[in-house]
Amino acid sequence: MTGWIVCAAGVIWRETLRFVQQRERFVASLVRPLVWLLIFAAGFRSILGVSIQPPYESYILYEVYVLPGLCAMVQLFNGMQSSLSMVYDRESGSMRTLLVSPYPRWFLLTSKLLASVTISLFQVYAFLLLAWFLDVRLPPWGYVAVLPALVLSGLLLGAIGLLISSAIRQLENFAGVMNFVIFPMFFASSALYPLWRLAESSRTLEWVALLNPFTHCVETIRFAFYLEFEPLSTAATAGALIVVLGLAILAYDPSRGLMARRRGGGRP
Amino acid sequence: MTVAALEVEGVGHRFGGLAALDDVSFRVEPGSFTALLGVNGAGKTTLFNLVTRLYANRSGRIAVRGHDLRRTPRKALATMGLVFQSRSLDNDLTVRQNFVYHGALHGMSARRTLARADALLERAGVADVIDRKVRTLSGGQARRVEIARAMTHEPSLVLCDEATVGLDVKSRRDIVAHLHDRAAADGIGVLWATHLIEEIGPDDPVVVLHRGKVLARGTGREIVEGQGAEDLAGAFLALTEASA
Repeated sequence: MTGWIVCAAGVIWRETLRFVQQRERFVASLVRPLVWLLIFAAGFRSILGVSIQPPYESYILYEVYVLPGLCAMVQLFNGMQSSLSMVYDRESGSMRTLLVSPYPRWFLLTSKLLASVTISLFQVYAFLLLAWFLDVRLPPWGYVAVLPALVLSGLLLGAIGLLISSAIRQLENFAGVMNFVIFPMFFASSALYPLWRLAESSRTLEWVALLNPFTHCVETIRFAFYLEFEPLSTAATAGALIVVLGLAILAYDPSRGLMARRRGGGRP
Repeated sequence: MTVAALEVEGVGHRFGGLAALDDVSFRVEPGSFTALLGVNGAGKTTLFNLVTRLYANRSGRIAVRGHDLRRTPRKALATMGLVFQSRSLDNDLTVRQNFVYHGALHGMSARRTLARADALLERAGVADVIDRKVRTLSGGQARRVEIARAMTHEPSLVLCDEATVGLDVKSRRDIVAHLHDRAAADGIGVLWATHLIEEIGPDDPVVVLHRGKVLARGTGREIVEGQGAEDLAGAFLALTEASA
């Protein structure tokens, strides 16, 4: 058993070390949500009214409303960054060091995922600290209660990144991920507007948001901040995690997945 | 008969309609430096990808130290050290950090790994680079580090896929000599895939692979004599031209 722990800890250590060395990545992970919080939210505060709805018990500022969505956005970008890092590792050859480890591939990929979650937690709490200094504050115990929700959403968004990395052959193709994954997931969700607002403009959009796993990540986080448990969103996030992680593991399986169908066009 | 460091029996592999390997069989004995000789595209890398489970092996049998790769992949992979054709070190980490990561992937603690790393780097003649970032190393230094790293977990088989490509003559000669020494001293079986005939000695076991098929097996000397050639290059050309 010790060997398994050493292996998982080694993978997490390596990813953390790389993250610490990439200061620009850390700065970008903070600047992005801060821009939304300081510019977008400030501008929309007067236009977008947020009615009292669970988990809120009184009127709240728009900045407070978007905070859970921005935390999830940090994790979404981190998940995609991990995916980019996997593609880079594959192109540079260092991925093979991981894949030829004697430990099972599902375990290695799950360790990678845990590494991605660890980094995303660090980023989210750094962002929450900055938001606190900007007077965008949440219930004090919410910062603790949200941790399991952040772990769950980080796992799902990281697993989506893993799955995407198995399908992308070259780093150059990664720009497409921004257009076809990150932006649709973020905008067609409850991160920026409550679902009833989306329903007002389009029922279809509301359904898209309801089917979007990112919406459920955001809502799980939102309720956890207020020490509440939202069973539907939590179950949807957990269910999506099982499906997406299963597909990612399958995709990296040498005998069945996408990696098996490749030849020449990208190293294993 | 001793348990082979590597046993490949009737292995084939296809990419769609193209047969990359066809009924390939050979053994690598413990303590031997076995050359897998073939031109580019002969199927050497495909074979390595099968032995390392980067590709799934569907036909034939591959066993490492008696551990069947399909039935007990963990045991088979745990006893294997690898040096790939292109660099597989993490350029952004130091040599020491690369060793710790590699050790962890084999379930070894950092302390145990680093105790081995010092000795292995010393033997490979690159002990002074341990705290340098990999991207600052020369090609020859990086190769030596990779070979040393491949031995961290005390494997009984080391696979090297065109490990000297792009290196100068002296570096190539030193690396080949180093691996001969390690094979003899530690009883490790080395499978050395190459297209460079000058890297193969007359007493080294050789497997000639061409268009996915094994054309000849034996020591360099035996293959030369079998073909009635003057040297291994002549024997190789005779074999490959006869199969065309």
